[in-house]
Amino acid sequence: METIKGIQAGIIEDFEMFDDWMQKYEYLIDLGKELTPIEEKYKIEDNLIKGCQSRVWLHAEKQDEIIIYTADSDAIMTKGIIAILISVLSNQKAAEIVSADLSFIDAIGLKEQLSATRANGLVSMIKKMKLYALALNNK
Amino acid sequence: MFDLNKIREQFPILKKQVNGKDLVYFDNGATTQKPQSVIDAVSNYYQEENANVHRGVHFLSGLATDKFEETRNTVRQFISAKHNHEIIFTKGTTDSINLIANGFRSLLKKGDEIIISELEHHSNIVPWQMCCELSGSTLKVIPLLDNGSLDMADFNNLLSKNTRLVAVSHVSNTLGTINPIKEIIEKSHSVGAKVLIDGAQAASHICLNMQELDADFYCFSAHKMYGPTGVGVLYGKEEILNTLPPYQGGGEMIKEVSFEKTTYASLPYKFEAGTPNIAGIIAFKSAIDFITELRIENIAKYEDELLQYATSEILKIEGVKIYGTSKNKSAIISFNIEDLHPYDIGTIVDKMGIAIRTGHHCTQPIMKRYNIPGTVRVSLAVYNTKTEIDICINAIKKAQEMLS
Ligand SMILES: Cc1ncc(COP(=O)(O)O)c(C=O)c1O
Repeated sequence: METIKGIQAGIIEDFEMFDDWMQKYEYLIDLGKELTPIEEKYKIEDNLIKGCQSRVWLHAEKQDEIIIYTADSDAIMTKGIIAILISVLSNQKAAEIVSADLSFIDAIGLKEQLSATRANGLVSMIKKMKLYALALNNK
Repeated sequence: MFDLNKIREQFPILKKQVNGKDLVYFDNGATTQKPQSVIDAVSNYYQEENANVHRGVHFLSGLATDKFEETRNTVRQFISAKHNHEIIFTKGTTDSINLIANGFRSLLKKGDEIIISELEHHSNIVPWQMCCELSGSTLKVIPLLDNGSLDMADFNNLLSKNTRLVAVSHVSNTLGTINPIKEIIEKSHSVGAKVLIDGAQAASHICLNMQELDADFYCFSAHKMYGPTGVGVLYGKEEILNTLPPYQGGGEMIKEVSFEKTTYASLPYKFEAGTPNIAGIIAFKSAIDFITELRIENIAKYEDELLQYATSEILKIEGVKIYGTSKNKSAIISFNIEDLHPYDIGTIVDKMGIAIRTGHHCTQPIMKRYNIPGTVRVSLAVYNTKTEIDICINAIKKAQEMLS
């Protein structure tokens, strides 16, 4: 299992290849398209993340010691962003997720690349992912 | 008709670059940019004229008061109202509507009805819901037809002797529909109901004449008509404003205060408690002067030309659907592109220097009506150009390419 830190380093490396915002956006869009779809039964009000202009559903479950996330959004770029977060946090131990320092976000300039409302959405997504991990860990 | 370059030169922000591209500002429905004359009037007030109004005997206070009242006079002329004291300064359209909703509440009882429409901005929905909740009256809603115009047949059915107030917008900020407010006012008056018009999206685009229109209340915001933020107007007929209780208590709005009994000032001061946005109100005159110098009829004609051009260009985009296609329309175009989320489109074109709005535009009932998460909205003003429309359309097509 690759560590959260290691995965982040990989993402930073990926983003260093891009010269301009257009390539970054295209990359996000591709990630969005490739995101494994969430099961329909999890696309419910309870799994909606507030604070996004687009709708985002997030589901988490615990398998052995590991948390698995699946998600979906009606906006493709939002899907790309959540895909990156899932690649970093899914398949990790709850304790690791809760304490994860997601410094890659600043390193790749993700927030600056996004509108203010989207940056808020990003913060809400991370918060919800950590909260789910915390809740499942205590079960 | 008029010199577009000369108009654009008056708006310093239009020279700005955003994300390395010339700014194309198509979010005028949210707020318009400000000409140099308005910017200068604000700073001139603080540099040369700053004093409180209607209070001091000293020179500066007199000067500020005169200029403040000059704006009131200019607003009266601009909307052809009968009296200066029928012009109340507020913080904006929202504040104006709340002022009336609050005052009207005390005149309502259980069984009374208020009518609004399905295309209202949340500012013309929520205050009436609150008003109904507290007074026990009922809220009725005029539904929309598919083309984004009001179902007037349904309106006729909703009107009854129980109707006390009808509150509708002059122009829809999401669909661009220009509502038949003259007809609405006449019909409402025929059952004895009062009418409030939300003119936020009309005041800088449509020539207004309060005496002809016969609206009981008309509300608008300076910041959507090339003026400063934090300034709004409530026009109200004298005889009706006099029947309403004050909104806020405080300085300025009183005649005499004692602990036994306070008496209120006369119009307009009764509704202007506290120190107002003096700089903004003084500068608002410059904004109205800007409009009247160009003549609002010319502005309307030019904006309509832009609307026709933008509409025909947008319709060339594959899979596009425009929401709001009524014949009588202002220069606001809401649309979606098949399979694409408006938010994705907005984010990408922003990178190309284009300011458009995406989302529900504070009109969630309209989104529900059409069953959509939001729209992309282009809203135009007098300084916009056909070249800018071309740039915007190309950016949208580029976004479409990237997203599909
Ligand atoms: C139709 C309409 N009504 C009311 C408002 C509220 O105006 P303000 O925010 O200036 O109070 C707006 C502004 O978006 C509007 O478009």
